[in-house]
Amino acid sequence: MNAQANVEEQALIPLIREAAARLPDGQEPASGGPVIEVRGLRKSYDGVEAVAGIDLEVRAGEVFAFLGPNGAGKTTTVEILEGYRRRTAGDVWVLGVDPARAGRDWRARIGVVLQESEPESELTAEECLSLYAGYYPRPRQVAETLELVGLTDHRTARCGRMSGGQRRRLDVALALIGDPELLFLDEPTTGFDPAARQSAWEVIAGLRNLGKTIFLTTHYMEEAERLADRIAVLAAGRIVAEGTAATLGGRDTKASIITFTLPAGVPAEDLPPAVTGGIVGTAGGRVEAQARSPLSLVGALAEWAKAHAVDLPDLQVHRPTLEDTYLQLTRGPR
Amino acid sequence: MTAATGHQGRAAGTQRQLPGLIAHEFGSDFRCFERNVQSVFFTLVLPVLFLVILASIFRNATVKVPGGIMQESVYYVPGIIAFGLIAAAFSNLTVTVVRNRESGIYKRRRATPLPASAVIAGRALVAILTALAITVLLLVVGWAAYGASIPGRTAPAFVVDVVVGAAVFCCLGFAVASLIRTVDAAQPVVQAIVLPLSFISGVFIATSELPGWLAGIGKVFPVEHLVAALLAAYNPHTTGSGFRWGDLAVLAVWGAAGLIIAVRRFNWLPRGG
Repeated sequence: MNAQANVEEQALIPLIREAAARLPDGQEPASGGPVIEVRGLRKSYDGVEAVAGIDLEVRAGEVFAFLGPNGAGKTTTVEILEGYRRRTAGDVWVLGVDPARAGRDWRARIGVVLQESEPESELTAEECLSLYAGYYPRPRQVAETLELVGLTDHRTARCGRMSGGQRRRLDVALALIGDPELLFLDEPTTGFDPAARQSAWEVIAGLRNLGKTIFLTTHYMEEAERLADRIAVLAAGRIVAEGTAATLGGRDTKASIITFTLPAGVPAEDLPPAVTGGIVGTAGGRVEAQARSPLSLVGALAEWAKAHAVDLPDLQVHRPTLEDTYLQLTRGPR
Repeated sequence: MTAATGHQGRAAGTQRQLPGLIAHEFGSDFRCFERNVQSVFFTLVLPVLFLVILASIFRNATVKVPGGIMQESVYYVPGIIAFGLIAAAFSNLTVTVVRNRESGIYKRRRATPLPASAVIAGRALVAILTALAITVLLLVVGWAAYGASIPGRTAPAFVVDVVVGAAVFCCLGFAVASLIRTVDAAQPVVQAIVLPLSFISGVFIATSELPGWLAGIGKVFPVEHLVAALLAAYNPHTTGSGFRWGDLAVLAVWGAAGLIIAVRRFNWLPRGG
């Protein structure tokens, strides 16, 4: 695992230099202008609205994660941005072009990892990449791209005989071979084992360092938290929350939950007012309290415990996780 | 064939021209063909087996053809050439196109600057080239094993028949591929079209031995006309150059219909959902 990660990190260094060398004089990488702009996007299938009015902005050089349960409209939205599907209403600009009218020059600037696709099973990984390199005006080197996704040792393997994880790496390599400015990754690590997911994340983090803009859809909160600069949560065709991993859905200002068990014979009424004011439940000596400022509650609790020579060995302070926030946002009477 | 050779020779940053892209697609599609055991067996091996089996069974028989009778073993050579040509230009192409579309290979290519015309032309070239290859193979086997030969005066007509036949069945292949929804259905649908038509079009049984109504049905479809055109080149009773303009015209009409459907219905995205 670590050896693998090192190989990938080393492979990135020349790529970063190369990317920097390509920029025209005076142009900053990742200047922050909008790469994707969406206003009032709607898409209906036979009268059913899969996407019910979405506004989005993705800036150059950022990793934008699009979260949502199955059927929320994630893939429909991504496929409209990629130019595969027509929208019912709204305005969409990707790299300054309407994807529904985009041509070859625009396609040379994007890279796409589809949610599901099989490779050319009779070709080797290397041949497959050479094939796709030939489609682009300014392709990346094949050997270097294989190394970037950790497939160098499997370059002569027929794609049809590769494992699921190897195929997914090849998908990423094929999306990168044209050296795109913008990369769409639709659930790139679904079905990966934890080790493969970890190394895929390293690859994606490396791409951000190259100044690529990445539009990522995922089911995995940890993936969004690790990779994304900004997150939007989609539920039933609408964006229900947008922000960073830390602020999404007001997560940063939500109350913390403090739990502990009182020793036998000590009633909850003995606790100081700073603690009792926050109590939301007691069951069998187990106390659960909420606090916007957890430190003051815990401080008062500690002083009280010290004064009464009571120990609270199972004291816990729990912040709402991104997953808690996500589940709260996407749950509901839909 | 590395990325470097792919973009040297043109100005950095300009799109590749169509002829280069077609050649690029053809090279890769041909490699996929020759590495696929099933493709090679059905297009290059099975027709030869059929010729050897049929010509051996009916070695000493004769069959009624336009103008008189001919050796049945010789009769089978143009019939099986038609069969092999259809296997390569139509059956194999249809199955490959459906597979590439349904497995998302075309969908992935749609996200690249590759134009649809290069995808279609590249795969069509593989179909036509393999059709020519099986034709030459059967010509040689027919001549060496059964003494079947084409007189010089009908040879140009034979070449035209083969080229027209390959092009027509290639168009029909793209058209039928656009109508099939799943990979699993591709091979059965193709065989359900090719096998019955082969039986009523003179491939396995001479049309002179069929009941009139069955031969009449066969005449509606292109297989019969390809077999009849190719047979004229081998038939010792053929007078003149052996061009069967009526059969070629029917083939051309089928080809044009196929082309219209193929162009209108070509789709990069899977149809099966």
